[in-house]
Amino acid sequence: MISLTVNGKKYQVEVSTDTPLLWVIRENLGLTGTKYGCGMSLCGACTVHVNGQAVRSCVAPLSSVEGKEIITIEGLSSADGIHPVQRAWIEEDVPQCGYCHSGQIMAAAALLSENPKPNDEEIDEAMSGNICRCGTYQRIRRAIHRAARIMAEGGKK
Amino acid sequence: MSEIINVSRRDFLKTGAVISGGLVLGFSMPLLKNPAKAVAGTPALPSPNAFIRIGTDDVVTMIINKSEMGQGVYTSLPMLIAEELECDWNKVRVESAPVDAVYNHTSFGIQMTGGSTSVLSEWERMRKVGAAAREMLLSAAADTWKVEKTSCRAENGMVIHTGGKKLSYGQLAEKAAAMPVPQEVSLKDPSAFKIIGKPTPRLDTREKVNGKALFGADVKVPGMLTAVVARSPVFGGKVKSLNSEKAKSVPGVKEIVQIGSGVAVVADNFWSAKKGRDALEVIWEEGSLANLSTEGMRKEYANLAKTPGSTARKEGDPEKALAAAAKQINAEYEVPYLAHAMMEPLNCLVDLRANSCEIWTGTQFQTVDRNAAAKTAGLKEEDVKIHTTFLGGGFGRRANPRSDFVIEAVEVAKAVKKPVKVIWTREDDTKGGYYRPMWYDRITAGLNADGTPIAWQHTIVGQSLLAGTPFEQAMVKNGIDETSVEGAHNTPYEIPNMLVDLHSPKTGVPVLWWRSVGHSHTAFVVESFMDEVAHSAGKDPYELRRKLLAKHPRHRGVLELVAEKAGWGSTLPTGRGRGIAMHESFGSFVAQAAEVSVSPDGEVRVHRVVCAIDCGRVVNPSTIEAQMESGIVFGLSAALHGAISFKNGRVEQSNFHDYPVLRVDEMPLIEVHIVPSTEAPGGVGEPGVPPIAPAVMNAIFAVTGKRIRRLPITAAELKKT
Repeated sequence: MISLTVNGKKYQVEVSTDTPLLWVIRENLGLTGTKYGCGMSLCGACTVHVNGQAVRSCVAPLSSVEGKEIITIEGLSSADGIHPVQRAWIEEDVPQCGYCHSGQIMAAAALLSENPKPNDEEIDEAMSGNICRCGTYQRIRRAIHRAARIMAEGGKK
Repeated sequence: MSEIINVSRRDFLKTGAVISGGLVLGFSMPLLKNPAKAVAGTPALPSPNAFIRIGTDDVVTMIINKSEMGQGVYTSLPMLIAEELECDWNKVRVESAPVDAVYNHTSFGIQMTGGSTSVLSEWERMRKVGAAAREMLLSAAADTWKVEKTSCRAENGMVIHTGGKKLSYGQLAEKAAAMPVPQEVSLKDPSAFKIIGKPTPRLDTREKVNGKALFGADVKVPGMLTAVVARSPVFGGKVKSLNSEKAKSVPGVKEIVQIGSGVAVVADNFWSAKKGRDALEVIWEEGSLANLSTEGMRKEYANLAKTPGSTARKEGDPEKALAAAAKQINAEYEVPYLAHAMMEPLNCLVDLRANSCEIWTGTQFQTVDRNAAAKTAGLKEEDVKIHTTFLGGGFGRRANPRSDFVIEAVEVAKAVKKPVKVIWTREDDTKGGYYRPMWYDRITAGLNADGTPIAWQHTIVGQSLLAGTPFEQAMVKNGIDETSVEGAHNTPYEIPNMLVDLHSPKTGVPVLWWRSVGHSHTAFVVESFMDEVAHSAGKDPYELRRKLLAKHPRHRGVLELVAEKAGWGSTLPTGRGRGIAMHESFGSFVAQAAEVSVSPDGEVRVHRVVCAIDCGRVVNPSTIEAQMESGIVFGLSAALHGAISFKNGRVEQSNFHDYPVLRVDEMPLIEVHIVPSTEAPGGVGEPGVPPIAPAVMNAIFAVTGKRIRRLPITAAELKKT
């Protein structure tokens, strides 16, 4: 039995400890917003926050995250409002197929919490681990700049 | 017979029916290509034959018959309905359609999404659906108020009487459903459009940013098991011997079953299934492709290209014209097999019962998959239901005439007698076949004394996508698979003597349409070679194209627009080159100009792409822009990185480290210009792909003087020596 804290909620799960966090989130907790894309930390579709850091959940064994604070796409916005990155994603109409965007958004949120005003190069560097096969990269860049502005204007987080 | 033929296209409005207190409107439309057959086969309309449901809460649910795979159909098709329905756009919801003949493609006669044809298929039908529903709502209001219908108007989800009375669509829905379906509706003049043509945010964005959008991989049903399948490492291979003892001992593994494609490990969860598969000991009977290699195939293709193939187009006397030409240019081009590599690897959930089968998957091919599932399950077609989820990318891979991932999942469900979801790992998906074919092209042009091309001979070598499929009969004629030569045999360039011929070798590698299909290679060859011709003749590549397109105003229009916007002819910063390409596909015309630099190590950087598209009547400009960006990225991924290769019969690639795709740090700035047009709507999902590879290769030539004739580019080829 392993205890996990995901989106502020405590869970007890009984699975083998080598199971990657991704599959526990998706299958045991039913939080399917976090996606499987490669299983090798190559595409970023599975990105979640562990203690505030962007982590590829497809390669994070459950044992490595026990007792840590895990946030998934479903828990990014707080009760008092949508997260600025999600808002910016809506305003820039970023997604196409949408499959990679949970991971993109989690990666962008982690970037902005460390660097509130990234330039294009910093965005490219921080986001190059997240693949989008629909090629929404131009809108992703625009949305991150927009999210940075929203946050600077007090759109909180 | 005459009765059938005389059925008017306007007669297709059939019925209305009530579902849960709302208005449901059903349609049946004859196949455009074969109306007699379609009408004869049109069944009495069952209740799911519907596109609109208006709830008493004013919510307008539109049942959309095209799969949403990123291309924006869950927004563009509702826009068509809403334009005529005059509903409140903020109250529009979308549901995916079940499988039913009423949802068939209006040209192809099956329910499917592909060929960049969704708007083309639905442009008229969806507007008529909306108009008919509006008329029924107006009739209901007029009847309620005992006034003339002509004194009522529909506006933003309300019917309003000239006297000032108002009723919402929700209030009218139940009564409207009982109103006669109009036999004829008139459609708005485009000048009156309020929604069509306006940039409209997607309806599915919110659920795609909060994790709620359901993809096939996300669906769960009670008692469901998860399976992964061990498939032969060589296409066509079979299980020779299997030892599943170790796999069975993996905690969570429930069953191990042999199916047509290999061995399925069925478990409580994905990780157990995968560990179980890793523990399987399978010896494969590898079959006839055990020695397949890309190098061997290249040699074979190159030899074939030197011999005449089946003629796809012949104009004038190319042989004679070539012999008499002042100058001859020859080149050979090659492109590799490519995987679709959708972000969401394939998956399929099947709940098979004694008399029914329910399937949840992201498919582009509902009718084909439903029929294949029924056959595999031993059920009637009408006993199989498919729930089309969001698709995490499709690009053609989810439109397989052979229904591979569906049949396989039904086989597993049949064996274990429980609901089961088959999940493909990224490695399974990359190695699983159904690739864009490898192509080898040999091309020769003859120029006259002033440098104008007067002869053109193009031999194409590559597998037929359609051979052996139900589509072969309709789409392969006289040895020519249209999808092999499209974009080459119908090149718009006016050259008086022309021969395009085709070899379709059978290799055993499973192949399939891949975003832009034949155009994905023909545009690369034709547009790169046109550049070679221009340079060889000492002409400007843009001006030569313009001259050869004199009789083709739409092709020329996008070419001229892109040249203007890209500043063709203006000076670039040192180290940068500019290339241009133009291609027509799927009823749309696209030109692109790329600005490129190449590092001393041979690394290519694409800085900027200017794109012009003429896709006829515009529905959602925002989607068109997004699809052009998307197509450019897709084409760049292939041109810069993509290759599936074989050695000892095995695919050499497995995941994104050895099958790389474009990432944000390689993303050029893209600007898209849309040509205003009143022509019939063309496609937008695919036409952005074909021109980018040649535009980039032409730019590389402009800056380095090196001509890339084989994709993907390798740094070694461009490294300064």
